[in-house]
Amino acid sequence: MIYRANVRPAWVVLVLLLCFAIAFALAKSSDSSSSGKKAETQEYPEKVNLAKFKNSETNELCLKCHGQSKYAYENAETKKVVHKRMYSELIIKRDEFYVSNHKGFKCTDCHSEDYTTFPHSGNLRMESKANCLDCHGGDDKYAKFQFEKIDSNFMASVHSQKHSQDFTCWMCHNPHTYKINARTNENLKETIIYDNLICLSCHSDITKYELLTNKQKPNILVKHEWLPNQASHFTNVRCIECHAQNKDTLIVAHQIVPKSLAVKKCESCHAKNSILYASLFKYQVQENIKKQGWFKGLFLSETATIGPDQNNTLNIISLVLFGFTILIILIHAVIRIQKSH
Amino acid sequence: MENHNEPLYLYPVWIRLWHILNALFCLTLIITGLSIQFSNPTIIVKFRAAVAVHNVAGVLLSINYLIFFLGNLFTKNGAYYVIEVRGFFTRLKSQFHHYTIGVFKNENAPFPVTMESKFNPLQQFSYVAIMYAVLPLVILSGIGLLYPEITVHSLIGISGLDYTDLLHLLCGFIVTIFMCIHIYFCTFGKTTLSNFKSIINGYH
Ligand code: HEM
Repeated sequence: MIYRANVRPAWVVLVLLLCFAIAFALAKSSDSSSSGKKAETQEYPEKVNLAKFKNSETNELCLKCHGQSKYAYENAETKKVVHKRMYSELIIKRDEFYVSNHKGFKCTDCHSEDYTTFPHSGNLRMESKANCLDCHGGDDKYAKFQFEKIDSNFMASVHSQKHSQDFTCWMCHNPHTYKINARTNENLKETIIYDNLICLSCHSDITKYELLTNKQKPNILVKHEWLPNQASHFTNVRCIECHAQNKDTLIVAHQIVPKSLAVKKCESCHAKNSILYASLFKYQVQENIKKQGWFKGLFLSETATIGPDQNNTLNIISLVLFGFTILIILIHAVIRIQKSH
Repeated sequence: MENHNEPLYLYPVWIRLWHILNALFCLTLIITGLSIQFSNPTIIVKFRAAVAVHNVAGVLLSINYLIFFLGNLFTKNGAYYVIEVRGFFTRLKSQFHHYTIGVFKNENAPFPVTMESKFNPLQQFSYVAIMYAVLPLVILSGIGLLYPEITVHSLIGISGLDYTDLLHLLCGFIVTIFMCIHIYFCTFGKTTLSNFKSIINGYH
């Protein structure tokens, strides 16, 4: 077969580029349409039937007022109905409460029975509130969540050490909305965002931040300016991966460390022994392996996103190849010089 | 080694301009690229500087690449990059033979430089591969890393950024190796330095 290929390679590249651009555009459009569909099908528990929730009848007596932004009562003297605004901190959002972990409880399981009368007595302000350990401590049923360990880690964290007694579990975990996430949600991204929003609820909200400290709130975006691709990091990594001491378990990352101890090296994550594999990612990989088998779970899960060269082999191979090239060139040069003399 | 007498004008101004800029940008990119890859971001200022310089040099290299691309699309210099498929492998072999054995016996180069063909088969092959496969891929993957949000999010479950990153590293590595070999082979002129003079003053 005799033929001449006399096409300039630049034309070939041009055609290939065009194909690539078309394929890219197609991939992008299918990417965005599929994520659009997902948002639609997500269940939104706004119009759920309240009757199906345990104790909802009793709780509605409270939520009648505390479930919305205003409440109404009859003034006993003037016999007029008065409308008042509910303080935003006192509003319990039904749609969040009824999907939360504590949805089965009566309000008065944790709050005083005296609240059932209105107007509430002023003394009730002095009511001491339960925290996590008051119910979950020392209970075998909750042993796997290791509440005691969480507590001791929290006590050692900057949140506990640097702030007053006011810094309680509730600062981060609202008992009315808290929903266990990492263990039940297969969507890693959602877990990451859920967790990060907990941190941001103070660290990006000056009014809540000021409740606990007189320090000026640092601007997170400026503080993290050194981090390349900030947006990607913020949506793909939990704050606590770098800011808490990770002790190789899923849940116990409550020991938030001072900023001088925060992780700052790229290779802490983008390398062998990535710290990311100490907790959430490890858990997800284990779960994926259980559900999808070894190969798919390990290699095809979303968790495989922290750098292609996990164990430095590529670096080593490339250095060896480079050294080899230089060596051959040197040998060739030496022989050439010798022969020319 | 070559047997022509009057100098050939082989490298027009635009190719010389492109080439010197390209060499400078490549060197910058290799140095900053290595310092990013083997970074220790505790010295954050240096790391950030390396990233910034790498990004700027990458954009400049891409713009500069357009000179090469358009020039070789439309001027007669592009003809030197057309590979004649028939017998190409045989010609590659004889050039390879020359480099591994012939030069040591002071044999003449099998494909002397002429106005019709300024590259020997190995040069032609490596230049086409570098300029039309590796550099476009480095540029494309570089764009993908510069704007991670446009990169395809996941392909069979692995982040698109992983493939892009891998491709970028691989191509960067190939360019580095190419450069070492390229510079060494440029010493095979009439004298060791004559080819380097050519790519600066245009005459071979
Ligand atoms: C400091 C680094 C470099 C030096 C000293 C150098 C030297 C030379 C010399 C002496 C020539 C003329 C000989 C010939 O035509 O083969 C040449 C041509 C060429 N070099 Fe380089 N080079 C360098 C970097 C690069 C890089 C980084 C690339 C590409 C990534 C490159 C691509 C080319 C190409 C495509 C030609 C042929 C240009 C043409 O005539 O159309 N060079 N180089």
